[in-house]
Amino acid sequence: MRHPRGGDDHDAVGVPVYRGSFGPAQAERLLWRAGFGPRPGEAEALAKKGLQAAVGSLVNPGPERLVGPKPHDSKGRRLAPADAWGHDHCWWLDRMVRTSRPLTERMTLVWHDWFATSNSGVGSQKLMLQQNALFRRHALGSFADLLHAVTANPAMLIWLNGTENTKDSPNENYGREMMELFTLGADRSAYTERDVREQARALTGWTNRWSRGRGDYDFHFDAKRHDPGSKRIFGRTGSFTWQGACKLCLEHPKHASFFVQKLWSYFMPGKPDAKTAAALEQLYRADHQVKPVVRAILMHPELYEGPRMVKGPTVLVAGLLRRVGGGVTTTDWAWIGDLAGQRLFYPPNVAGWDETRWLDTASYRGRWIAVQRILQDRRIDPAHAPGRSPHPKAILGRALAFWRNPDLSPATHAALLRFTESALASAGGAKWKQEQYPPLVENALRQLIAVTPDLQTA
Amino acid sequence: MTKRIACDECTRADALRAVAGRGLPAVEPGMPVPAGTGLSRRSFVARSVGLALSIYGAGRLSLFDEGIAAAASTRTAPILVSVFLEGGADSLSLLYPQGDPLYASLRQQLAVTGGTPLADDPRLYWHPSLAPLQQLHGEGKVAVMPAIGYDHPDQSHFTSRHFWEVGATDTRLLTGWLGRYLDASGTADNPLQGLSLGGSLAPSLATARVPVAAIDGPGQYDFWTPGVWGDVQERMLDALGTLGQIRTHDPAMRTVANITAQANRLRRELAPFGKDGAVKPSVPYPSSSDSFPKALQGLAAMIGAGLPLHCVALDATGSYDTHADQEGELGPALQTTAASLYAFQRDLEARGVADRVVTLVWSEFGRRAKENGSGGTDHGAAGSAFLIGSRVKGGLVGEFPGLQNGLDADGNLKATTDFRGVYASLLEQWFDFDATRILPNAKRFARPQLLT
Repeated sequence: MRHPRGGDDHDAVGVPVYRGSFGPAQAERLLWRAGFGPRPGEAEALAKKGLQAAVGSLVNPGPERLVGPKPHDSKGRRLAPADAWGHDHCWWLDRMVRTSRPLTERMTLVWHDWFATSNSGVGSQKLMLQQNALFRRHALGSFADLLHAVTANPAMLIWLNGTENTKDSPNENYGREMMELFTLGADRSAYTERDVREQARALTGWTNRWSRGRGDYDFHFDAKRHDPGSKRIFGRTGSFTWQGACKLCLEHPKHASFFVQKLWSYFMPGKPDAKTAAALEQLYRADHQVKPVVRAILMHPELYEGPRMVKGPTVLVAGLLRRVGGGVTTTDWAWIGDLAGQRLFYPPNVAGWDETRWLDTASYRGRWIAVQRILQDRRIDPAHAPGRSPHPKAILGRALAFWRNPDLSPATHAALLRFTESALASAGGAKWKQEQYPPLVENALRQLIAVTPDLQTA
Repeated sequence: MTKRIACDECTRADALRAVAGRGLPAVEPGMPVPAGTGLSRRSFVARSVGLALSIYGAGRLSLFDEGIAAAASTRTAPILVSVFLEGGADSLSLLYPQGDPLYASLRQQLAVTGGTPLADDPRLYWHPSLAPLQQLHGEGKVAVMPAIGYDHPDQSHFTSRHFWEVGATDTRLLTGWLGRYLDASGTADNPLQGLSLGGSLAPSLATARVPVAAIDGPGQYDFWTPGVWGDVQERMLDALGTLGQIRTHDPAMRTVANITAQANRLRRELAPFGKDGAVKPSVPYPSSSDSFPKALQGLAAMIGAGLPLHCVALDATGSYDTHADQEGELGPALQTTAASLYAFQRDLEARGVADRVVTLVWSEFGRRAKENGSGGTDHGAAGSAFLIGSRVKGGLVGEFPGLQNGLDADGNLKATTDFRGVYASLLEQWFDFDATRILPNAKRFARPQLLT
């Protein structure tokens, strides 16, 4: 039993570490929480490494390789993520499906939700992709660097009116959200309305140019638009600038606890216990590095012994495609993402998606359609399905093998078998039905298996 | 059969239809037709509700009967529709104090002009885009609340909206005010009693106990999969009910199972609306790329058909968080919103169900009295709300406090009406239900008379 320690990582003193067995089931859950689920054989291979090395391979991956054929639309044309409607979503989905660095991609999704910026307000897929690259660059780096980069990021400067915040007419939008949603949290008595107004003054000075041909461009800090006067923020007085505004939030006594709770919530369904939270905060406070905190969370007993989580819609779709060795071969994924409750680059508002409420009757149907879309290119044609055993258990076995034999609870397995038997029996005495129904039942099972509570959670 | 419609060339609804037409098996004599193909539509006129309904495929008649039976038993239940102006709509533009010299100085760029006076308070003028509401107000069907909010206003979108959604200034409450009402008065088998239109569940409808539903529209709740039809399709859909009932100790798996069960019930209730032609507006609605007018149109059809609705929530057209370019954003959004609400009222009247429906239009807060210089306004305090319906007592609810004495220390409009008082009135006067069972400290709030 070794203490978690590794190369460039910090020592996670005081954070509990999972000591149970680490087999394919645990490795599979780790891959769903820290990525987009396993490709065939991946969970078994990861389990062989042991917990320590498995988590190490996720937080310190090698150079990115994209495995599998390149994405394209339904006519086989290359994606144009910076220009064409929906291609942004499909481009990123493809990267999630094909990447050899799943945690990096998953953290990119975390930052997209954390600093939720919507193209509905930015109006430029190009700027959104630039921001996406920024999130990927800082995926497991320093949160301080990330916060500074986001504050000066063109998409964010447009989204929360940073370029319209000037000394003569301060605009509070970014100043408020950087405290409320990005670093400190609402209703924690961390800041006052006056802090919001003074913070807005500190953040003044950003501007950009616009032309009909290029849209928004040339984002820069212009000292003439900045309010150089004295500000009083969190009880401290100074002629703070935008860097000062970031620093004040990072050094605020309530920032580390906000950061830890929020980061934890992306990986676990509940809250961390007090001891874990305190240890993670200490780990984070050292120098605002993200990696050691994520690493400690991924090794925590709660991840392997605690309750399951509902998979987010994009994670689910990417994971199902990885499972069947599929790629992105249509841009339908953009509107299906919308139906399922997660259109990438279009979070519902600046607070991001509500991960505790992924499911309602509308988004459930979106998930059904996502599975339907995967199966559309993979259905069994009754006219070309000879020589397959028509026995209920054999049909169910083949449908499970299609999804690489996922673990199902006995109750789910029994429900699927009951459906299989009743659907086959519905053929009655008609000979053409007896011949045609087995492949229909197998198609139906492929759909049903993927929407079971078992596959919708991990 | 493999017709492809590129998504960048069509609306999402078109794309959905395109997918629904793909991947179907060849039809041979004697085979039942696949559900959802439009190959064998049977149209019925449900005489009891006077609506032409279309049903596809065989084996659906029992569901159809079920829907009508459920409808018949609840036809007279009152319905509350909640329409949310997302982002904090600028109350000083919706109803603006035209002659006030302070208004001109606070809003040097953004002062609204060109509206007509509000009959109940000559200081205030309707935003020109709200003319359709003004017309309904003239008929005595709109109650106007020019300064609604709560004490110690919170200027966070999320916190303030949360207060309105849960019906209390309490950040820890997790059920919506309408959700708690449904928990207390609703049934365990009718997800349509609390209906969100627009793809995700409105927080005000979040319940702890009874099922509620979210759909895009009444005709868009079908389930099918490639290579499955006939008896097998029927059995597959029945299996949703079975999967919805599996027992599990894991909370996340239980959540999925519960939603599966609710989706299955909803699918059965909406089966009669499944196909085009089932939703026929009786009056013209504004044409818009936004879903709001279509959602109201579908809603009027569902109410007209007697589906067992009780509380409904949806978002209006537009984003009202106008930190910049307020002039360009606000007018068109209000225009579509008001014209849609007007059409909805006329549609309900034409269907003879207008006395069963009231609509509350609200926003999480108003905006700062002084414009911000980016051509916009920042977060404020008191906002505007409207209650619309044939049974509504038209007029003014709460007074406009004026800009001279009506601004707080932060320069935001002070509330003269507490939203919780309006909720209490709606619960008591519209639903005939004890508000103290739903709203914390309900006794503290004055109840305006909202209904005739």
